[in-house]
Amino acid sequence: MGRFLSIVGKNVFLAEMGNITRFAGRFFVEGFKPRYEFREFIRQCYWVGYKSLPLVGITAFIMGLVLTIQSRPTLVEFGAESMLPAMVSISLVREISPVITALICAGKVGSGMGAELGSMRVTEQIDAMEVSGTNPFKYLIVTRILATTLMLPVLSNLSNAVALYGGYLGVNIRGTVSWHLYWSQVYDALSYGDLIPSIIKTFFFGFAIGLVGCYKGYYSTKGTEGVGRSANSAVVVASLLVFIIDLIAVQITDILGLT
Amino acid sequence: MNAEPVIEIVDINKSFGDNHVLRDFTMNLYKGENLVVLGKSGSGKSVLIKCIIGLLTPDSGSIKVFGEDISEYDRRELDRMRVKVGFLFQSNALYDSMTVRENLEFPLRRHHIKGKQDAEEVEVMVMEALGNVGLEHTVDMMPAELSGGMRKRIALARTLILRPEIILYDEPTTGLDPITGREISELIVEVQKKYNASSIIISHDINCISITSNRVVMLIDGRCYAEGTYQELSGSEDPKVREFFK
Repeated sequence: MGRFLSIVGKNVFLAEMGNITRFAGRFFVEGFKPRYEFREFIRQCYWVGYKSLPLVGITAFIMGLVLTIQSRPTLVEFGAESMLPAMVSISLVREISPVITALICAGKVGSGMGAELGSMRVTEQIDAMEVSGTNPFKYLIVTRILATTLMLPVLSNLSNAVALYGGYLGVNIRGTVSWHLYWSQVYDALSYGDLIPSIIKTFFFGFAIGLVGCYKGYYSTKGTEGVGRSANSAVVVASLLVFIIDLIAVQITDILGLT
Repeated sequence: MNAEPVIEIVDINKSFGDNHVLRDFTMNLYKGENLVVLGKSGSGKSVLIKCIIGLLTPDSGSIKVFGEDISEYDRRELDRMRVKVGFLFQSNALYDSMTVRENLEFPLRRHHIKGKQDAEEVEVMVMEALGNVGLEHTVDMMPAELSGGMRKRIALARTLILRPEIILYDEPTTGLDPITGREISELIVEVQKKYNASSIIISHDINCISITSNRVVMLIDGRCYAEGTYQELSGSEDPKVREFFK
C-alpha cells in the first residue's frame, strides 16, 4: 500500500511539474506574439510593485535593524565591532534582502494572484473574457508573470537600501558611527560580484512567484474551496521554489568564483 | 418552421473522461425564435452552448453558425463569430475589478468595435444598453454593490451591447427570486422582439420556459429526447417528459 501511494504520489508530482513547465512554455510563446497588453501590464506592475512597497519597506527596515543589533555582541566578542557595517551589508545584499523580499511577495502577490484568478475561473469571468474577444492567457497570465519578474528586482533593491538604513540606526543604538563613515564602509565592503548575482536571482524569484500564482489560480477547480486551495498552494510552492532557486544560484556563483 | 436555421448542430458528441455528456445530439435554431433546452442538472445543457460559442470543442459532429462550420475556425474567426453570438453566463461573470461602465465597455474595446477615439459614442452605447435593462443609475457602481437581479441585468446589458444576432442564455433565472426571475424572462422576450434576435435558453425553470419559449428541446442522457412547444410538452403523456412539468 505504502509503495502504491509512493508511486501515485510521484506521478502526481511529476504530472504537476510537467503541467507547470508546459504553462511556462505557453507564457513564452504567447508573450512574444501580438497583441501586447501594455495597459494591463502597467496596472499589474502598479499592484505588484507599488502596492507591495510599504510591506517590503517595513520588513526590510526591521530586518536591517534586528540583524545589526543581534550581530553586534558576537563581533564585539572578537573585537571586530568595526566590521559590523560590512558584515551586515554583505549579508543583506547577497542573501537576506532578496530572499525575504521574494518570500513576502510569494505570500502577498502569489496568494493574491492564485485567489483572484481562481475566483475569476470559478465565476466564469475567464470564459467571459474569451467570449469578449480577449485571449485570457495573454491578458491575465502574461502580464502578471512579466510584472512579477520585473518588479521583484526593483523591490529587492529598494529593500536593500531600506535595510541598510535600518542597519545604520542599529549601529548607532549602542555606538556612534557617522552617516558618512557607515556608508563608506558599506560601499567598500560591497562589490558588483555581490550585487549582480543578487539582482539576477530576483528575476528568477519573480518569475517563479508569478508563474506558480497564475498557474494555481488559472487551473483552479471545485468552487470556493478550490480558490482557497489555489491561494494556499501558490504560497507554499512559490516559497519552496524561491529556496530551490536560491540554492542553485549560490552553487552557480560559487562555481563562477563570485562568492 | 419555415425560417432559415442560424445554428445547425449535427451529431455532436462530447465526453469528459468516462462521462459521455452529449451523444449524437442534433438540433437547429431558426432565425428569430427562442429555443429552450430543458434537462436535469448535469445533463450537458451548458456544455452544449459552450460548444456553440467555442469555449469547448466537441469530440465529433459539426456545429454550423450562420452556415459556417465553427470547428474549422481559428481564434480570429471565432472572435468574429462571437460578435454576432452573445453569451449570458449563469454566474453573470461580471468583472469584479471593473465598474459597470468598464464591464460594458470591455467587449466593445476588445472586439475593436469602438476605439478610444469614439469615447462619446461608447458612452451612448453603454447608457443605451443600461437603459434597455432599466439600470442607468448603476453605471459607476462596482458589481459587488449590486443585487443578484441587478447583476443579471447588467450581464444581459453587456451581452446586448454588441447587438448580437444570436444570444445564448445559460440558466438566466437560476438563483433569483420568482419575481425577479419573471422580470428577467420578460426581458428576454423583449430583447427577442426589439432586436429580432434568435436565442437558445438553457433552463429548468418552468416559469421561465413558459414565458420565453417558442420551442422546447428536452435533453436526456445526452440526446434530444423530445421536442415541441411548451404546450405540447407540458401535455405529454411520456413519463420522462411529464416529470419536468409536474
